[in-house]
Amino acid sequence: MDLLEPLQSGIERRALAEVVLLGAFCGAFGCWVTTFRLSYPAESLAHGLLPGLVVAALAGIPLLLGGVAGVAVAALAVAVAGRDARVGSDTATAVAVTGLLGLGSLLALTPDAPARLEELLFGDPLGVTDGDLAAAAALALAGGLALVALHRPLAAVALDAGGARSLGISATAVRFALLALLAAALAVAVQGLGSLLVLAVLIGPAVAVRGHFSTPGRSMAAAAVVAALAGVAGIYASAWLGTAAGASVALALCAAAALGALVRGVAGRRAAASPSP
Amino acid sequence: MTAAVAASGLAVAYGGGRPALERVEFELAAGSSLCVLGPNGGGKTTLFRALTGELAPLRGTVSVAGGRPAYLAQTERTRLDFPVSALDVALMGSLANGRWWLPARRSDRATARAALDRVGLADRAGDRFGELSGGQRQRVLLARAIVQDARVLLLDEPLAGVDPASAERIERLFGELRDEGRALLVSTHDVDSARAFDRVLCVNHDQIAFGAPADVLSREVLERTYGAEIVVLDEPGPDGTVRAVTVQHHHHDH
Repeated sequence: MDLLEPLQSGIERRALAEVVLLGAFCGAFGCWVTTFRLSYPAESLAHGLLPGLVVAALAGIPLLLGGVAGVAVAALAVAVAGRDARVGSDTATAVAVTGLLGLGSLLALTPDAPARLEELLFGDPLGVTDGDLAAAAALALAGGLALVALHRPLAAVALDAGGARSLGISATAVRFALLALLAAALAVAVQGLGSLLVLAVLIGPAVAVRGHFSTPGRSMAAAAVVAALAGVAGIYASAWLGTAAGASVALALCAAAALGALVRGVAGRRAAASPSP
Repeated sequence: MTAAVAASGLAVAYGGGRPALERVEFELAAGSSLCVLGPNGGGKTTLFRALTGELAPLRGTVSVAGGRPAYLAQTERTRLDFPVSALDVALMGSLANGRWWLPARRSDRATARAALDRVGLADRAGDRFGELSGGQRQRVLLARAIVQDARVLLLDEPLAGVDPASAERIERLFGELRDEGRALLVSTHDVDSARAFDRVLCVNHDQIAFGAPADVLSREVLERTYGAEIVVLDEPGPDGTVRAVTVQHHHHDH
């Protein structure tokens, strides 16, 4: 097998650039998503934004705009559904998101729909355009700067929201900033990985590095590297095995999470077995 | 006397419901300490939330001099699995200077190291916060308050579950902070420890009593404060006040 073979094709070069850019930001950002226990909301928004993508595909406007609108509608639907305390917000969210996913599928399966449903659901890194790459680069740059600026407030709120408040840091504002970044990350990353698999790049690397590093900054750097490497591994696997690129990347990211958990488990058992000093 | 902390006719409620705490009226001078006694759910933490500004008064007023008060939660309520060192936590105190979007300055790091040294944890600066003992974590949070340079410190049950050696060190630090002109408000279940404070405030949804320990710590006040949750001992303490122990099941306060 020729390691450089995928690099000789413009399509695969673009796919590699896309997964590296998305991985660098989403991997690092995912550490905060998991720390603030936003995995379920992230999954809900990712699945719920499908109608936005489909409408954009039908109308012939950029999918990125559809993704942004889809996230906004999904967030609104989840917020409205969650108002009924008798049902409970998790159940209401599940109903709202399933409804949006159903609506997106219904729209995508109309006879005149130009986009294939599976590309929107499962992504197609091999189909990314120069515009998608530019969006991923902008996300990596602007999102990365936002993470640097927010690092100290995020850490203070993550440790102790009450204490952070007495330092002048509003936990509500910090969570709002996180959700805004989450919406931006989903709207951009969904172009490459699809509505159903995009969560893998946010959660997988963060799970892989959890507990292995002594500071949030090191965890984020490691998660960014893990995400980028897993993305590259997925594209290579897709090129060599002829598998679907989006699914290959998602599986590589989840394999990294499983490997990280395995190493954590072994290290934990060794620490428990060794006599304390 | 300059009041560092004052509450007048204060009532506080959660989400527009009935007040969780009302008719609170007290003043605390700079350089003095207040022990807040009350049962679980009696309003101790609610009072602190009103003083930090997290909860707006339903009625009445609160005032805190010298900027934001430092709030030290019970350390088991912090995220102990979050990977930060003792130095990182002390350094968070410098967020109070504003400039939250910039990395900590070298001078902030020096201040944080000095604060850790002061609480006796200079040699543990690099240790994970979550892996320290309860007493050491409490001292790290005190270091954060020192870096913050707060004039008023609110401490939520700082001595709960703390080993005697750490408790002694923390109480010594309280004295030092008070001597620097800071005001300390400390909530506790330990009626015996209340005698060491300048003032005692007893709350159980309502304010039951406020004053010097010798005036407040009577059988009648403690029974009104704790109801069936207290056993008042027959033998009085050395200063003539009653001795009592609370018999509550520990759960989180409002």
